[in-house]
Amino acid sequence: MITRIRSVQIVTLLILFSLPFIATAMNQPFWVDLSTRILIYAIAAMSLDIILGYGGMVSLGHAMFLGIGAYSVGILTHHSFEGSAVPFLPGEWTGSMSGLVHLPASILASSLLGLIIGLLSLRTVGVYFIMITLAFAQMMFYFMISLPTYGGEDGLNVWGRSEIPGLDLSDSVTFYFVCLMLLLAFWFIARRLVDSRFGGVLRGCKQNEQRLKALGYNTMRYKLIAFTIAGAGAGLAGGLLANLNEFVGPGIMHWTKSGELIVMVLLGGMGTLIGPIFGSAALLLLEEILSAYTEHWMIVLGPILLLVVLFARRGIYGFLAGEGAKDG
Amino acid sequence: MQGHYLLMTTLLFLEQTLNGLQQGVMLFLMAAGLTLVFGIMHLLNLAHGSLYMVGAYVCATVTQASGSFLIGVISALGACAASGMVIEILAMRRLYAREHLDQVLATFGIILFFNELVKILWGPQALFLNPPALLNGTMEILPDTPYPTYRLFIIAVGLIVALGLRHLILNTRVGMLIRAGATHREMVGALGVNIDWLYTVVFGLGAMLAGLSGALAGPMLAIQVGMGENILILTFVVIIVGGVGSVRGALVGALLVGLVDTYARAFLPMGLREFMEPANADNVGAAASGMGIYILMAIVLLFKPSGLFQAYKGQS
Repeated sequence: MITRIRSVQIVTLLILFSLPFIATAMNQPFWVDLSTRILIYAIAAMSLDIILGYGGMVSLGHAMFLGIGAYSVGILTHHSFEGSAVPFLPGEWTGSMSGLVHLPASILASSLLGLIIGLLSLRTVGVYFIMITLAFAQMMFYFMISLPTYGGEDGLNVWGRSEIPGLDLSDSVTFYFVCLMLLLAFWFIARRLVDSRFGGVLRGCKQNEQRLKALGYNTMRYKLIAFTIAGAGAGLAGGLLANLNEFVGPGIMHWTKSGELIVMVLLGGMGTLIGPIFGSAALLLLEEILSAYTEHWMIVLGPILLLVVLFARRGIYGFLAGEGAKDG
Repeated sequence: MQGHYLLMTTLLFLEQTLNGLQQGVMLFLMAAGLTLVFGIMHLLNLAHGSLYMVGAYVCATVTQASGSFLIGVISALGACAASGMVIEILAMRRLYAREHLDQVLATFGIILFFNELVKILWGPQALFLNPPALLNGTMEILPDTPYPTYRLFIIAVGLIVALGLRHLILNTRVGMLIRAGATHREMVGALGVNIDWLYTVVFGLGAMLAGLSGALAGPMLAIQVGMGENILILTFVVIIVGGVGSVRGALVGALLVGLVDTYARAFLPMGLREFMEPANADNVGAAASGMGIYILMAIVLLFKPSGLFQAYKGQS
């Protein structure tokens, strides 16, 4: 039997798979790039939702991982282009242009950062955790701004997209499908993760961490692993974003980006995996539509956010899938 | 020669200490309001920095129109207290009982609104303001050691406000209600105190302090959209170091953060030059010194996860 949740998922997938063809048929190549952006932010928002929606960790610094992932691609490309050695690494490795190096590097760098920041900030809960993740993200933001080698405030041009044998990423439809495949892969992993025993403990941390501790669970370890995985997901999204824009700047890790990621999660439906996809689409489309009318679109977006928080807590997924829809 | 060098270093240290104190009291003005609002209403208000920005813009505009910095500051205080109370009545009071996540998102929306509003009203260009003529010089703090009068003025204002707040909280009826509201809010309500009114007043007070901070900062930096968020995040570091909800913690945290930040920026590049090429030392120094306060924060977290001063227990 096809349930309402299942049909929402199927329709979403159908739309995602057919979008580039519709855009090409209607002669709107810009739509392909916009949809790619939606997919990439969906990966980042989904990764945030693992800790936010399932683990109850309100991180206001998630864009830091997006930024580290993007800068990993930017820096490796920069050294490969200049033929100079990557600092702090053994040997005289001059970076790489290969996507098979870029994306793992993005994931590795952001997981490592997630592990360190998580170790420090997960010692706290509640409002402290919010402020600390924000403060660390801001630290990374100022750190990148003050590094003139990698463009400082002006950012870094990425000369050409990553090279993957057999695929031409500079073709926007191909790049779209690579992003879609990665989104689906991340979705699959996240699904397995939150449905596992690990996910059960994570959900328990959100509801009553004291009780889990009393049962003998080392909750810190579970939360730290979840935080690191979320960092890795956002890092992957960052690496893709650097490819899409062919540019990396400190703006990608500005704290408002972290705020936008939270908005996407809440708008789409917190504590669901498909929700962040809707949230990403809703926010980016809203931005696109409003900015066509006025350059001061933020003055409309701000009050919309306030109203969503006050009156529409269940998000788009909750609206589509109906009452009782817990997860999807 | 050796003695001369020592004297120079001592004077530089003194000067940087005053700079650090000045930055510290500015942060205290911000942190006091934020921590009071959190301590009493359990509200995490990201839009606190927006009130700082509004204070700076109103002060600069009124000062330019009227020619008097004093009138500028007073109008900034009034404008911020008023907008704070309006925001409280329209939006914030609906958020007190919500989880922090909702508060983050709603106040994030308010920031976007204020930033854009300021951009529409004042345009995207930064404003600049000179200190008032009376304070626009230097004073000799030691013989042959001039120091900007305006910065001394800020330190004095900050310390006076700190003393005033202490008096308000410890010795007045409103202060008693504030302390009672922080620990036993249901009981205060049950005793017949108009809690709604108390909350609006406390929020207005916090907004006024943020406005004062913004107005005083005006003559020292470019007045532009986004200035509120930069100081907001520093204020968070102050509160994490000092402890949420504690005004005393806010003062100690603010002075610590101000001093550490100033010392790191002044002395780290200098120290690195001793064993690096000057150009490299300046680059590395600039990048590393900005991280000084975050390292301070991390160290405090390792030993005291809820800050140096904790106002009350049982609340995360």
